[in-house]
Amino acid sequence: MILTQFLVLGAVLFSLGIYGLLSRRNAVTVLLAVELMLAAVNINLVAFEAFWNTPAAHGQIFAIFVITIAAAEVGIGLAIILLVFRNRASGNVDELDLLKW
Amino acid sequence: MVTASAAAAAPLFLAAGEEHAPELAAGGFFAGGAWIMLVLPFAAFLGIVLFGKRMRKQGAELAVGAMGVNLLWASVLFVQNMLGGIHREVNLTIADIGRLGGVDLSFELGFVVDGLSIMMYWVVAFVGFLVFVYAVGYMEGDVRVPWFFASLSLFAGSMLVLVGAPNLIQLIIGWEGVGLASYLLIGHYWEQKENSDAAVKAFLTNKVADVGLILGAILIGVSLGGFRFSDLSRAAAEHSHALEGVAFAGGLLLFLGAMGKSAQFPLHVWLPDAMAGPTPVSALMHAATMVTAGIYLMARTFPLYQNLAAEARQWMIPIAVITLFVLGFLALTANDLKQVLAYSTVSQLGYMMAAVAAGGYTAGLFHLFTHAFFKALLFLGAGSVIHAVHSNNMSDMGGLRRKMPVTFWTFVVGSLALAGVIPLAGFWSKDEILATLSHEGYTAFMWVAVAGAFVTAFYMTRAVALTFFGTYKGHGHPHESPRMMTGPLVALAVPTVIAGFFNIPGVSWGPIGNFTEWVGARVVTMGDYHPSAIEWDLAAYGLAAALAGIALGWWLFSPEAETQAARDRLEIPVLYPLLRRKYYIDHLYMHGVVNPIKGPLARGVDWVNGHVIDAAVNGVGLLTAWLGRLVYGRLDQQGIDLVLNAAAGGAGGAGGRLRLLQSGKVQQYAGGFVVGALVLVAVLVIVT
Amino acid sequence: MTFSDWLAEPVNWAFLALALPMTVAAVRVVTSRNVVHAALFLVLTLAASAGLFILLSAEFVAWVLVLVYIGAVIVLFLFGIMITRAPIGRETDLSHAGRWPAALASLAVLALTLWLITAVSGQVEGFDGPLPAVGVATDSAILGEGFIMRYLIPFEAVGFILLAALIGGITLARKDLTPAEEEEAERV
Repeated sequence: MILTQFLVLGAVLFSLGIYGLLSRRNAVTVLLAVELMLAAVNINLVAFEAFWNTPAAHGQIFAIFVITIAAAEVGIGLAIILLVFRNRASGNVDELDLLKW
Repeated sequence: MVTASAAAAAPLFLAAGEEHAPELAAGGFFAGGAWIMLVLPFAAFLGIVLFGKRMRKQGAELAVGAMGVNLLWASVLFVQNMLGGIHREVNLTIADIGRLGGVDLSFELGFVVDGLSIMMYWVVAFVGFLVFVYAVGYMEGDVRVPWFFASLSLFAGSMLVLVGAPNLIQLIIGWEGVGLASYLLIGHYWEQKENSDAAVKAFLTNKVADVGLILGAILIGVSLGGFRFSDLSRAAAEHSHALEGVAFAGGLLLFLGAMGKSAQFPLHVWLPDAMAGPTPVSALMHAATMVTAGIYLMARTFPLYQNLAAEARQWMIPIAVITLFVLGFLALTANDLKQVLAYSTVSQLGYMMAAVAAGGYTAGLFHLFTHAFFKALLFLGAGSVIHAVHSNNMSDMGGLRRKMPVTFWTFVVGSLALAGVIPLAGFWSKDEILATLSHEGYTAFMWVAVAGAFVTAFYMTRAVALTFFGTYKGHGHPHESPRMMTGPLVALAVPTVIAGFFNIPGVSWGPIGNFTEWVGARVVTMGDYHPSAIEWDLAAYGLAAALAGIALGWWLFSPEAETQAARDRLEIPVLYPLLRRKYYIDHLYMHGVVNPIKGPLARGVDWVNGHVIDAAVNGVGLLTAWLGRLVYGRLDQQGIDLVLNAAAGGAGGAGGRLRLLQSGKVQQYAGGFVVGALVLVAVLVIVT
Repeated sequence: MTFSDWLAEPVNWAFLALALPMTVAAVRVVTSRNVVHAALFLVLTLAASAGLFILLSAEFVAWVLVLVYIGAVIVLFLFGIMITRAPIGRETDLSHAGRWPAALASLAVLALTLWLITAVSGQVEGFDGPLPAVGVATDSAILGEGFIMRYLIPFEAVGFILLAALIGGITLARKDLTPAEEEEAERV
């Protein structure tokens, strides 16, 4: 196994995530796309860890950090979606344009 | 009393990186712990923000308590410095900035305790403490009291960080902190649009000037190889070659910064509008914390101007003199009592700046010192009146002399001091400025300053007559304010009467010396001019001008006359409309600067906007980049062509128009973000 | 290293067996018309990436991924889908009209990243060589030490963020009663 194959896989996953982030209407699916991007980052982190082979396994530690933060992000994100849905009866991001003005 | 006790200073952790001028004492425990004064208001700020709502006085006790401790601390230092000059400077390296212009620069924090900063500490703490106490009474039952006191603490704390700064970087931190706190306080009643507009105006106008300050700091710091004031002073005193080339530009840039904070023409426009804040804020802002910052900066960097940047001073004096004379006139037509005082502050700041620019370090600071007392007194008095009649307008006042005796008498004392009537504080400090201008050869400007004293006396008499004499024209039954408010008035009246005696030319008060010696305790000697004996002829001119102003004011606005008719008598055809509209300076900024930028920009942005809506969702990213170039080109072009104020107006106008670009669609923003990040990464890769 | 050399290694077969379904699943995550399906495809993607982690001898990370993601996060997602009454069946407009610019942007990202990989590969020593750490499982004791020694402060910070997210989630999602309902509740 070489490093490049993991990096390419990560790049593919990341750009798929970006595609989903930008193109999905449903807020939950947007969050799913974000998770995809985070998974890509994790693959890169672990692969680079295997490449540099640091004694303290920094890459893996950071991957775990990313997983933890992602869990927090999903929790908050879904709570927000829930709240928005309750107030506006819609979970579609393109109908949420209150950010203007 | 004043012994350099290393043992006393040892326990303080900041003891590293200290230095002091060899001929001055190190000041012992209180000087070594002066950083406590810089930290306490911020602790109070945090405490109020976190717990203020639950406290009995809504956090006011924390603010007043912190200021009280500061006042005691500063008073001890003040007395120590009276008995023998103190200099101590502590620098703590926080981080390395890196190499800039071939020198290694580092970011340091610390504090400086010397004659100048001790004087400022004390003035800020004294006026601040009294204003805080007063505000407890004034703000009773008002909106957002905890936040108000938190912001006041932030205000005073930032000012202390500013005056305690041993280097330009920390000064800028305090400087911006003062700007931020003033923004919060001016806009305290933000429910009304004018108030938040005034806050934005103050912030933007100051930002224009801050550009000068920051550029000046960088220029001087890079040429000097460091940002410390003590190094700057020493280098300037030795006529350092490194500084010689940049002294003129650097001096003018720093002065531009001072022009904003200290409201010098033509950047004074924010100060009268800043009256939108609650009155204690105005008192604090005008007397001790905000507007004095510019004068302080000039005094702190005085050796630079004295020894190297003589050409810069030739530019500074006319601006200061225009400020003191031309803008003083605006107080004549103001109906708002606080506006009268605001313009008088602008004019007095002109006096201070003129003195410092002419080489009168002590004279300028002395006027700052005395002015702090009587201007705080006047504002608090005005606040007391406003509190009683529920209006800012003098047309709603009148006849309050018997109803509010304490306010009346203290206000009169303050007005006489401001007008410069012997033997009150203002007379002595103004006289010293006149003497400095005359001695340094600026005779014409000296006469303008005398004329300014006449105008000052005139409008203050008008204000007193319209407010306290004649018949009451407002509604309700005004009565004297509570003790919490009259107490500070009386406490401020005392130094208003006696402060002037501490710097009578040629007089030294035994062991405590005089003001000149107090503020002269600096790392290098100032070499400024201060008169050695009273120059009676100049004193007579100043006094005559003041008395003539009072007489004319009294004749026009005396209680016997029908005041309204008397006001009409004043409406001189050309002058009156000119003054009412503040010399059209605001109009000029609006139509000459803001609109020409706003118009084309708005059209351009509108065009873009139409296309953005039509375009596909993610096109917005590319368009934003394109628009950025358009805005940049416009702003840049206009910015080069127009006066500096263009930046402020342009930013305001551009912001107002650019927000139309926002569709509110999150994914458009995300798309823009992705494209932007892509471009950045590509640029980064290509460049490296 | 040629492609056939690469393919000769059996471990790369395992890699392909994981990566190809993973990519397909990822594509389905962002294109599926059914939200529940999308979430389940994400499970597949993540499970595959856990498998990749095991290939890379990062067992601990792999199991954390399984526990946290597949065990908890996906459940959370499914609850979110149900509570927000997101269209569970097939849905024609789950993606909106802006999908072509979105595809363009993501392709641009892909192109840039791939270009970066090729640009860098020549400059770093051993970039094309075998990964050195593979084969020996990373001792989780090392990770534990890292968490409580070198990365103690980030670790605490992350813990704090989780707590904040927990409280924030509860606060946001809690249904506030109207004054009338509150009165009703008090009466009972």
